[in-house]
Amino acid sequence: MIDKKLLKEHNLTEEEYHLIVELIGKEPNLTELGIFSLMWSEHCSYKSSKIHLKKLPVEGKDVIQGPGENAGIIDIGEGLAVVFKIESHNHPSFIEPYQGAATGVGGILRDIFTMGARPIAIMDSLRFGPLDKPKNRAIMDGVVAGIAGYGNSIGVPTVGGEVYFNDCYSLNPLVNVFCLGIAEKDKIFYAKAEGAGNPVLYVGSKTGRDGIHGATMASAEFGEDLEEKRPNVQVGDPFKEKLLLEACLEVMDQNLIVGIQDMGAAGLTCSTSEMASNSGSGIEINLDLVPQREEGMTPYEIMLSESQERMLIVAKKEKVADVQKVFAKWDLDAVIIGRVTDNGRLIVNAGGKTVVDIPVDPVVNLCPAYRRPSAVPAYLEPQSQLDPAPSIPEDFNKAMEKLLSSPTISDKEWVFRQYDHMVQTNTALLPGADASLLRIKNTNRALAVALDGNSLYAYLDPKAGGKIAVAEACRNLSCVGASPIGVTNCLNFGNPEKPEIMWQFQNVIEGITEACQAFNIPVTGGNVSFYNDTEGVSIHPTPVLGVVGRLDDVDKTTSPSFKQEGDILCLLGQNKNELGASEYLKYVHKQKRGLVPQIDLSTEKKVQELCIAAISQGLLSSAHDVSEGGLAVCLAECSFLSEQKIGFTVDLQDNIRVDALLFGESQSRICVSVRAENFEPLRKLAEEHALSLAVLGKTGGDRLVIHHKGKELLNIPVLHGYNIWKQNIPDAFRMN
Amino acid sequence: MKFGVVIFPGSNCDYDTYFVLKDVFDQETTFLWHKEHSLHDVDCVVLPGGFSYGDYLRSGAIAKFSPLMQEVKEFADKGGLVLGICNGFQVLLELELLPGAMTRNKNLKFLCQHVHLRTENTHTPFTNRARKGDVIKIPIAHFDGNYFVEPETLHTIKQNDQIIFRYSEPNGHLSERANVNGSMHNIAGLINTGGNVLGMMPHPERASEAILGSKDGRIIFESIIHWLR
Repeated sequence: MIDKKLLKEHNLTEEEYHLIVELIGKEPNLTELGIFSLMWSEHCSYKSSKIHLKKLPVEGKDVIQGPGENAGIIDIGEGLAVVFKIESHNHPSFIEPYQGAATGVGGILRDIFTMGARPIAIMDSLRFGPLDKPKNRAIMDGVVAGIAGYGNSIGVPTVGGEVYFNDCYSLNPLVNVFCLGIAEKDKIFYAKAEGAGNPVLYVGSKTGRDGIHGATMASAEFGEDLEEKRPNVQVGDPFKEKLLLEACLEVMDQNLIVGIQDMGAAGLTCSTSEMASNSGSGIEINLDLVPQREEGMTPYEIMLSESQERMLIVAKKEKVADVQKVFAKWDLDAVIIGRVTDNGRLIVNAGGKTVVDIPVDPVVNLCPAYRRPSAVPAYLEPQSQLDPAPSIPEDFNKAMEKLLSSPTISDKEWVFRQYDHMVQTNTALLPGADASLLRIKNTNRALAVALDGNSLYAYLDPKAGGKIAVAEACRNLSCVGASPIGVTNCLNFGNPEKPEIMWQFQNVIEGITEACQAFNIPVTGGNVSFYNDTEGVSIHPTPVLGVVGRLDDVDKTTSPSFKQEGDILCLLGQNKNELGASEYLKYVHKQKRGLVPQIDLSTEKKVQELCIAAISQGLLSSAHDVSEGGLAVCLAECSFLSEQKIGFTVDLQDNIRVDALLFGESQSRICVSVRAENFEPLRKLAEEHALSLAVLGKTGGDRLVIHHKGKELLNIPVLHGYNIWKQNIPDAFRMN
Repeated sequence: MKFGVVIFPGSNCDYDTYFVLKDVFDQETTFLWHKEHSLHDVDCVVLPGGFSYGDYLRSGAIAKFSPLMQEVKEFADKGGLVLGICNGFQVLLELELLPGAMTRNKNLKFLCQHVHLRTENTHTPFTNRARKGDVIKIPIAHFDGNYFVEPETLHTIKQNDQIIFRYSEPNGHLSERANVNGSMHNIAGLINTGGNVLGMMPHPERASEAILGSKDGRIIFESIIHWLR
């Protein structure tokens, strides 16, 4: 009865099927096959990636929980721990942007509060196609509204993130959602099903037919049938999740439960089998007891449903009534649907019959890991050359105006003001700063977070792209005075069965590994999203790094905006003759090629340490990292973000191509402004760090003025540049 | 003096408001659960921001049927101080403790940003520490803050000096640009005829500490504390 067609529908190979039969000692029935298809999908099993992910450094003295759980956990002192993770919701967000993005937020929030942490911040890394296409605008409009609709309602602030635009995302937008929570160190909970006889409770929303095969959908390419996939996307209910959040934290606070797991991708299947597997136990449930929203659902459908806002709890036997009382207070069902056993099996009953009876271990742990073939992509050699080099523009003002109208560079307020970024009253820096900064109430501390990932770098040099993503996120933290303590990553790639995609993946991992080792920061988890291909076209490899930093004195921070006229402008780090892979080449010259900027991790580290030291000594008025758009855009942003729109005049001395000097994206550079009296102490501090400090010029006036050895290169009114930068994205949406 | 912060299912500024009253202003403060029938002898009830009942039918529409709201209504009728912030304002409109209604923001998007408010009436328990014409910088965060009321009622509330805050430029000038959500007559905050029930869309609890970028919201809490003392 299980034929090739059925296997194909379940995204399982014949070899995998034979292995399943061998492992469970029988031919699976349809429901059992469905369970394997979910748990052995790329999304759940990491079968193509796990060999490579093992290389990432995961150790650290403050690590409480590394990869493998719902989220990573790091000790931050004072009895507190930070719980954080990033996850993708790319495929659903393309099919149905609002609900896809909204349920992405809902899913990552559950990952955090499942562990006993109250979520205090959301951030998003978004990638869209160019906004001149109506379809891309519709996707972006829906995704942003979906994130806002869910996060705003549940009351967790969306405090920042990043948005990039590139052709490769036109049919494959990326929605990566990061969430961070705070837990008391001695009240952390795990997905455990311990104690044979303990009751298994189902809490939250009723089960419907939504999202069946969501995880397998996320593990295949989209073809022309993508419209048919729409019913696979789940629908979110942030109000229900808010109740679930409060009720779950309450039963945890009262110490009433043994273990808890959210029902995200792969729903009831994943939560039951993982909880049992983690504890070496078994679980037996009765589907007739599962609250259902629709009539006539089959066991297959109930087990595979991805209805949102549901959790599975193993309660302490003697505390069940107390658990149910808490859920009743929040108007939620908490139904006993089964019990923990000690036989290592997942047993599912329905209608008086046993419909599933399989060992848990093969389902969760024995999916084969693949070392898929890899090969250097053919595009790489020709595209990494910058020969012939593009001509140097005659009018730099025009080039600058053009660059400011690149949506990747222009202001994202249109996005951020749709998010409630202030609820919970911890937001110490508004979106748009280098990093988000959250004070921790009743302490003097703060946590900083930065998300980063330049996919053009990763496309042209995957290893450098991986390294730079880590380095830049850490640099962003250093610009607000924070030191990195942990990393989560979301790795978005095309089809791993293509050798060149696998090669990109391996190299990105190597780059991330090298940088994390240099910064001595552990990777505590994350997510891999393969099969980001539509109609045969793969996205650029897009590693998104989420780095969490710590700031021990919340008052010792700064922001990118200029604070007053007459401050001295200095550059930490060095300008280099590098143009390749820049936003300037991409947007002004329409060339996506060249050598990716070189990065020396020991220099990078020194620059960041200097910046942190200078901020902690109160020497800096502002600090901003030089990234897309180069030095000219970096300085302009400091002007645009200042309340009085303070201009600047600088005179650069470097002997390099002038467009590389203005717009090149050499790494390890931070632009700072200092009061005159703080300059000498800063110079000395730089000397102690064995770094040179270049004086660029001064803040002041109402124009953006850049000279090169006394000759004027750029001179535009601040407000003129500001209006281009500010209005670009709102104007794009007015085209509708 | 005792403050009570109401928790509806879906309230999400309840802890923020509690924190400001308790930890920033050092006032005795208690939570009031929506299913209860007692206000626990508080002197001022705060209806916090959030999405009570998910705002699913209409913002604030279901919250008005909470058991506790009957108590709040009686408390207000007797002259007790009630402050509704954001969703709390929407609930006060649904309860008809204040006139008018909220529609979607004029740009049809959720808006979270700092705005400037011009203080119009300082003879109230909520603004007595301010001066008329003072401009304060406070954040808003809402989808439905576009205040609407029929012209006759607008005329009455103007005559009664019931408009407490209006969206303005930083210099106090009233403009369409400053009126970000499109509210009629730039109305951001409104008091009842008894002068004891204030509803406002902006969030003073988000502007009561320097670290959050503005302390201008403190004037409202300081006024209440001064009034009750």
